[in-house]
Amino acid sequence: METKPTYLLQGTDLSCIRDDRVLFEGLSFELVSGQVLLLEGKNGSGKTSLLRILCGFREPDAGQVFWCGDATNDSQYYADMAYVGHLDGVKKELTVLENLKVSLALGRAGQYSIQQALTKVHLVDYDDVLVQALSAGQKRRLSLARLLITQNIVWILDEPFTSLDKQGIALIETLMSEHCANGGMIVLTSHHDIDLHSVDVQRINLS
Amino acid sequence: MSLSHAFFAIIRRDLLLALRRRSEAANPLLFFILVITLFPLGIGAQPNLLQAIAPGIIWVSALLAAMLSLDSLFRSDFDDGSLEQILLSPHPASILVLAKIIAHWLVTGLPLLMVAPLLAVFLGMPTQSLGILLLTLLLGTPVLSLIGAIGVALTVGLRRGGMILSLLVLPLYVPVLIFAGNAVEMAGSGLPVNAQINILISILFMALVLAPWPAAAALKMSIN
Repeated sequence: METKPTYLLQGTDLSCIRDDRVLFEGLSFELVSGQVLLLEGKNGSGKTSLLRILCGFREPDAGQVFWCGDATNDSQYYADMAYVGHLDGVKKELTVLENLKVSLALGRAGQYSIQQALTKVHLVDYDDVLVQALSAGQKRRLSLARLLITQNIVWILDEPFTSLDKQGIALIETLMSEHCANGGMIVLTSHHDIDLHSVDVQRINLS
Repeated sequence: MSLSHAFFAIIRRDLLLALRRRSEAANPLLFFILVITLFPLGIGAQPNLLQAIAPGIIWVSALLAAMLSLDSLFRSDFDDGSLEQILLSPHPASILVLAKIIAHWLVTGLPLLMVAPLLAVFLGMPTQSLGILLLTLLLGTPVLSLIGAIGVALTVGLRRGGMILSLLVLPLYVPVLIFAGNAVEMAGSGLPVNAQINILISILFMALVLAPWPAAAALKMSIN
């Protein structure tokens, strides 16, 4: 059994202020390979803001994020991170396959080929279908397929279970467990209670 | 995957999108043709006047057509989250933004070049200045897309950025308009236009090197 390298994502003393309102402050966490960080809290408590700080879209108003001991800007972090947000990030005028090809070109080829990833998210017969013809849940699964075809360690997921049915949720939970077993880590927000066996789940309540 | 692969994937994607949204992509070209065809009707039977102001008409119309098309550069990517994914790519954002600008020019700038000679003849422009007109459009319209990209990148996050965009971008378009319009006019009188063409070339290269970088930085701010 090969030993996988262990990665460490740290946030120290993070705070976020939006429109003169303190969303959170003094927030610290440590996440290593194989772990899941679940952000909880009511609407407007800063879950998405924290995720966007971890994506580098926003600067924290105080504190810093470290990747394996280095500040995120000085490290490989942005190449190791993948994000699926509220918006699916797929073009509705392109087919499923065309969308995934663009995503693949933008990143580095990962564990699965496009066909394998489509099989995994149960979209295998949809590769020639325009995305605008897909249902909301199928679009969600397509945007999650992007995580599988590119090489990444940290998954940052903002409400990944939105508009998914029961099977879809179970499917994504399986994918998340596999990712953690392969040495990845996940930061997510969710209203659903996630059901991940044999995965170390940390919880932060922001409210 | 290599950077050139990502670069061409973005160009290919945007061209494909333009093909699937044909009516939207044809808008600037239609606008260009309509404005130019309306001028002779408005001015009336004064062929000499029309001939004298033809370079100005064509260039001002090209400028306005470029302005009209700018919003589509990042709007749909901003709205559906594709822009976030592009900026998250490990490749340098400025290069990917340059790919988007090039695709935008291929869709909105290049068609203007194709119909411009026809419209120039329609306005009675002397044949010796047609070549120079095409050359100035070839050098000038990419500059409009490049400079415009900075303005759109700054305003794409605003709900009503149209007015600010015009105020930001139009003053920066003026040098291109002056040198290009002047070159076509001089060429019509048979005078040398090397100086104007050289200036346009230098503006193009400067914009090509300097514009993608602030545009990418502004996009990062806009998705905040």
